[in-house]
Amino acid sequence: MSLALLEAAADPSRPWTFAFIGITFTAYLIIGWRSRVRETRGFYVAGQGVPAIANGAATAADWMSAASFLGMAGLISVKGSDGSMYLMGWTGGYVLLALLLAPYLRKFGQFTVPDFIGTRYASSTARIVAACCAIFVSLTYVAGQMKGVGVVFSRFLDVPLEAGVIIGMFIVAFFAVLGGMKGITWTQVMQYFVLIVAFLIPAFAIARILTNGEHSVPQSAFLYSDLAERLNQIQLDLGFDEYTKPFTSESRLNVLFITAALMFGTAGLPHVIVRFYTVPSVRAARWSAFWALLFIAILYTAAPAVGMFARYNLLNSLHGAKVIGVEEVVASDGQALRSLYRLESPKGVDLNWAYNWQSTGLLSFDDIDGSGTISLAKTSAEATIDKDIIVLSTPEVAGLPAWVIALVAAGGLAAALSTAAGLLLVISSSMAHDLYVQFIDPKASEAKKMMVGRAMIIVAICAAGWFGIHPPGFVAETVAFAFGLAAASFFPAIFLGIFDSRSNREGAVSGMIVGIAFTAFYIVGNQWDTIFSVTRDAGFVRPWYMTRWFYGISPQGIGTAGMLLNFAVTLVVSRLTPPPPKEVRDLVESIRVAG
Amino acid sequence: MESDSVSENKSGREAFWRANKRLIFVLLSIWLIVSLGCGVWWIEWLNQYTIGELPLGFWIAQQGSIYTFVLLILIYAIGADRLERKYGVEE
Repeated sequence: MSLALLEAAADPSRPWTFAFIGITFTAYLIIGWRSRVRETRGFYVAGQGVPAIANGAATAADWMSAASFLGMAGLISVKGSDGSMYLMGWTGGYVLLALLLAPYLRKFGQFTVPDFIGTRYASSTARIVAACCAIFVSLTYVAGQMKGVGVVFSRFLDVPLEAGVIIGMFIVAFFAVLGGMKGITWTQVMQYFVLIVAFLIPAFAIARILTNGEHSVPQSAFLYSDLAERLNQIQLDLGFDEYTKPFTSESRLNVLFITAALMFGTAGLPHVIVRFYTVPSVRAARWSAFWALLFIAILYTAAPAVGMFARYNLLNSLHGAKVIGVEEVVASDGQALRSLYRLESPKGVDLNWAYNWQSTGLLSFDDIDGSGTISLAKTSAEATIDKDIIVLSTPEVAGLPAWVIALVAAGGLAAALSTAAGLLLVISSSMAHDLYVQFIDPKASEAKKMMVGRAMIIVAICAAGWFGIHPPGFVAETVAFAFGLAAASFFPAIFLGIFDSRSNREGAVSGMIVGIAFTAFYIVGNQWDTIFSVTRDAGFVRPWYMTRWFYGISPQGIGTAGMLLNFAVTLVVSRLTPPPPKEVRDLVESIRVAG
Repeated sequence: MESDSVSENKSGREAFWRANKRLIFVLLSIWLIVSLGCGVWWIEWLNQYTIGELPLGFWIAQQGSIYTFVLLILIYAIGADRLERKYGVEE
């Protein structure tokens, strides 16, 4: 992407962007400084003193990543009805978390998820397996966040991507190293408010514009306006399926498996679970799950509306637009880079934004048939629209003032930084608390433990930054892996640890290993080519393990099958081996009830 | 109280756990029916009906299910508070 050209697109908003990012970053630094801690309980679980509603906001910011903020509405806009698998998958998991896991883990009250698994199954092996899974899941996730930070910086501030990533690393390092979980929590609370305001202002504005002022609330414009009907008609006219028609991208069975894998994966993600260790009581854990999902739902119910409005607006304004000029952009060595189309809408809509966004390379036109008008019909497709511009371009498409565009940039940064901080803490606590202190230096003093914890956060930040600058090609693919792995390993181990007192070490370890191995084998097999950047000749016949051999289930949904397998293995093996010792049964009794 | 407080507490704890499991079972059944049932498996059938200007199944999948999730957690938070008081097992 050419950054210099972008200046034209973002220019009037530049001073605003500097101002908003300056103000929010200063606030994060001040909060980080004020929440600095000196002991491990403060460092790993914020001293268990976070009020339920604050923890709800922090959890929401922790959960909603750069992908939720910038990418999800675009993804839904492209997938139509099938986009609901992400909406339900990434919210439905909170019901499982609130009812089945969070209150009991809070009663258990240690620092990490591997703490629980190691203690409940009285097994160092289980603890090591859990710690390694936590590190792997969080590392794949965090790479995407740091890249998101770099992208926002480079798009809106004309800073090179590398510098953007490094600035982001410095900010996170400051409050995470000083304040640990406490610093992270209170910055996340603030980041939630930044990101939700930044998402809702353009969402309300575009709802109002497209319904001619009849509806301001996106959720009600979605339900009561005739936009869906008009969009369905446009889609049919252009040769696509109706927007509201289900199962156009995946089969019914696959949508079911993917939705379930995302739900159970969400409930098993360590960076979300540990947030519930930070509240003062079991009761507060239940209530903060409610606040968390309420805060998340505000964005997640607005996103499908934004996705639909943006799709309607793009198709409606770009299809049939007249080409009034084409400028060739030529690189310094004389090579043609891209053609910039100047368009005019016969409907009288201002299409200046379409001209501006072409310089990012995320939107491009090609009048293939030379007719002088742009056609978006399925058979001709003279425009290429990257789904990532849906949220970012909404303010300009809706003709909103420059400061709103700046606000969206600050919101995207808040979303990426808050999620990155939560993930980094999990990586550092797994390395420092679960692996180093447990197995290498069990007699470490409190000061030593703190030092190792802080050092591991720095190691994790450097690793995340490195992956952010040099993203491995397989980041997108491995996110499916993160959810599948969490669903197939953590969820059954924690759930049975609480609800089935007969589950023992042998059962849990074999269940986790079978669940992970099956899921990993399936995903790596199916995505071998993308993960390792292999190109095949045309005649290559894929062996069975490189196909969707398990009932045609997509690799994104295979975590559901891995989880069911884990449940079956744990339950059967536990009953064929001796019951867990009395201390473990007493522990299970005690975590089930608050008092 | 003249009876043994430990054993009384034990029976309260067991009664709480049974009632708690029942509540969870009911709420998760609703969760399953609304999300994977109405939002995925029966969506095409539900789409023959409309709510507002949208097909019903589509609205449940993209909006209604999320509202239901929030409500289910709220009911559980209130319900579990009540059960703890009823069986005397608050923190």
